[in-house]
Amino acid sequence: MASMREIKRRRGSIQSTQQITKAMKLVATVKLQKARQRAENSKPYFQYMYKTVTSMLAKAGTVDHPYLKGGSSDRVGIVVITSNRGLAGGYNSNIAKLVQASGYAKENVRLYTVGKKGTDMLSRKGYEVAENYPDVIEEPTFEDARKLSERLLQDFTNGEIGEIYVAYTEFKNTVVHIPKMVKLLPIDADEVQEETSQANDMDKLTLMNFEPSEEEAIGLLVPKYVTSILYGAFVEAVASENGARMQAMDSATNNAEEIINDLELKYNRARQGAITQELTEIIAGADAIG
Amino acid sequence: MADNNMFELKIIEPDGMFFEGEGEFLEFTSVEGQMGVYKNHIPLTTILEPCVVRIHANGEVKKAAVMGGFIEIQKERITILAEDANWPEEIDVERAKAAKQRAEERLRKKEAGLNVVRAEAALKRAMARISAAK
Repeated sequence: MASMREIKRRRGSIQSTQQITKAMKLVATVKLQKARQRAENSKPYFQYMYKTVTSMLAKAGTVDHPYLKGGSSDRVGIVVITSNRGLAGGYNSNIAKLVQASGYAKENVRLYTVGKKGTDMLSRKGYEVAENYPDVIEEPTFEDARKLSERLLQDFTNGEIGEIYVAYTEFKNTVVHIPKMVKLLPIDADEVQEETSQANDMDKLTLMNFEPSEEEAIGLLVPKYVTSILYGAFVEAVASENGARMQAMDSATNNAEEIINDLELKYNRARQGAITQELTEIIAGADAIG
Repeated sequence: MADNNMFELKIIEPDGMFFEGEGEFLEFTSVEGQMGVYKNHIPLTTILEPCVVRIHANGEVKKAAVMGGFIEIQKERITILAEDANWPEEIDVERAKAAKQRAEERLRKKEAGLNVVRAEAALKRAMARISAAK
């Protein structure tokens, strides 16, 4: 049996770990509240953006625009959104796994990574990281999303990448976060049409006019569309990250509690054993003298 | 009904709802030029320039600097999706002026690798902010 001192030391170290995990859980909870508020506030904007773009594409489905056709290159660009810090359960590795399971060969993928963890994990696996934006995820702003989308569209127009995806974690609720990979470009007019046909009939009845013409409007609107999807992915990812961390730290705190209880029991047993042994020795000694 | 000639107006920012209310007449600048809209306008979607949006309602005019985005006009409902929107009192005029100067400088020098579109957009944004704050 381990010595009393050893058990005591072990218990102390686990206790201080538990304090840390507890504090981290509290911090994540507070951050989650904020991040969730932001994600919710931004929802109307994206819904409207999506609706407008889809209704426009439904009308202009036959327009021959590179944003709708896909680039000439067979390489794909993937925006990977992860966190800068670990200790969030499977949050980061789930995204990395998703990218690896996407079915694209490593050589054909260029990554635009947001967040340090994903960058490290995937570049170690041999993926090419075109650009890394570690600071963005700390406090994502719309401006950050705009810069990234500008870069993406530039590479897309230059023919360096033919398709653009974004891999992020969707925030369903506090305990459910779903890693997801969404296609940004080219926008598939057929897919979009199907979705809009199920949409509100009222909207279909009003004949929307566009100014400038659809072709021009697509060129102007699509960058905004990409930006807003990226921004939406950022804020959801932040909420998911904190949700995941909160859960991970909660179970870590619980596990620490369990181990502490276990050690407490062992410690008491060892103490009892030591006392018994001492008594036996004293009695034996007294017997020998007497 | 007194509000017969009023339309519903929503200005939405990525961070949430910026303005929700009613108006009689709306002025803004689209990529095609300046426009004014009353109720019962034909349905129209157009792209906004960074500009000052003026909301006329009950004899009052509200100004807001809107940094690009687009506008969807329906008979009784107008929705502006703005990338960023500010009321005049929220605008830091000094900062906007500095931004304007920077953008002008860049456009004048025409250095190699200058992103003209971006510099122009920055200039427009700064000018919209300044004129909204006046």
